[in-house]
Amino acid sequence: MSFMNHIRTVAKEALDRTSIIAKFLCCLHFTSSYLCSPTHAYGPSMLPTLNIAGDVVLVEHLSPRIGKVGYGDLVLVRSPLNPNRNLTKRVVAMEGDTVTYFDPLNSDSSRNAVVPKGHVWIQGDNIYASRDSRHFGPVPYGLIKGKVFFRVWPPSSFGLLDN
Amino acid sequence: MGTRNFVWNFTKKFVTFGLITVTVSDRYVTVVPVRGGSMSPTFNPKTDSFTDDYVLVEKFCLQKYKFSHGDIVIFRSPSNYKETHIKRIIALPGEWFVSRHDQDVHKIPEGHCWVEGDNAASSTDSKSYGPVPLGLVRGRVTHVVWPPQRIGAVKNTNTPDKLPSS
Repeated sequence: MSFMNHIRTVAKEALDRTSIIAKFLCCLHFTSSYLCSPTHAYGPSMLPTLNIAGDVVLVEHLSPRIGKVGYGDLVLVRSPLNPNRNLTKRVVAMEGDTVTYFDPLNSDSSRNAVVPKGHVWIQGDNIYASRDSRHFGPVPYGLIKGKVFFRVWPPSSFGLLDN
Repeated sequence: MGTRNFVWNFTKKFVTFGLITVTVSDRYVTVVPVRGGSMSPTFNPKTDSFTDDYVLVEKFCLQKYKFSHGDIVIFRSPSNYKETHIKRIIALPGEWFVSRHDQDVHKIPEGHCWVEGDNAASSTDSKSYGPVPLGLVRGRVTHVVWPPQRIGAVKNTNTPDKLPSS
């Protein structure tokens, strides 16, 4: 009889632990997909702003949901060419704008494009080494995952990122 | 003191329940209503009925973004991020296909897909806004769960004229 009681206690304990872990994971998911999450941005495309070696930045996910992404914001965007990759770029133009862009890799002259409804035009700060809207065109607003607002690493440049 | 305790316990339960619901519906499975008649023979067959169909949407496909022809997906509209559309995938990334609508040959860019509604007459789909990036896809529809007489799995109809002609 005491054996059965023992089993029951252990099972109850295990259940409690599991439920605490499950709640914690749910909390984590909610925080990282609705409020704020860290991400690692690397590559040369944002050079004067973000380092080539890779910065750890904080991304907040509230602004895109309420439509508060505007000109000059650094955004984390799901790549239109590969949905498993994320890009960090700057919003240059919003829907309805005419952009004049210059692509030093492909041509010497500048070209014009109109951003259609519900899209944004994103570009890297380093126009010589960036794959952005100049290659794949304007991206739908729905692909914006968050706004980059804070740099955590390296410690020397810890602080808010201004536009 | 007793009321405060009760309110506190209730709030705790409520928040926990909300968090679990959000996590499950974001990561695993969710139920959404289908509005409008753009998928008419498959969902909402009678346009004059007052009850919308409710469908089960699985999210596991979002880990790899592997889809096949004829899958019904929900995705954010490319022209308005607040709207969610439900359509059938006609062509996958990197394929050539002939549109029945304008008899043109389209090449689907990398990371995009071509979606069309089953009811071609009243459907806003890739014919008007072009290929849709896979990143906008929010899940794949697997079952109809409401109304009761229509409960069942969704058939992946791969009609021959919708197959891409390579």
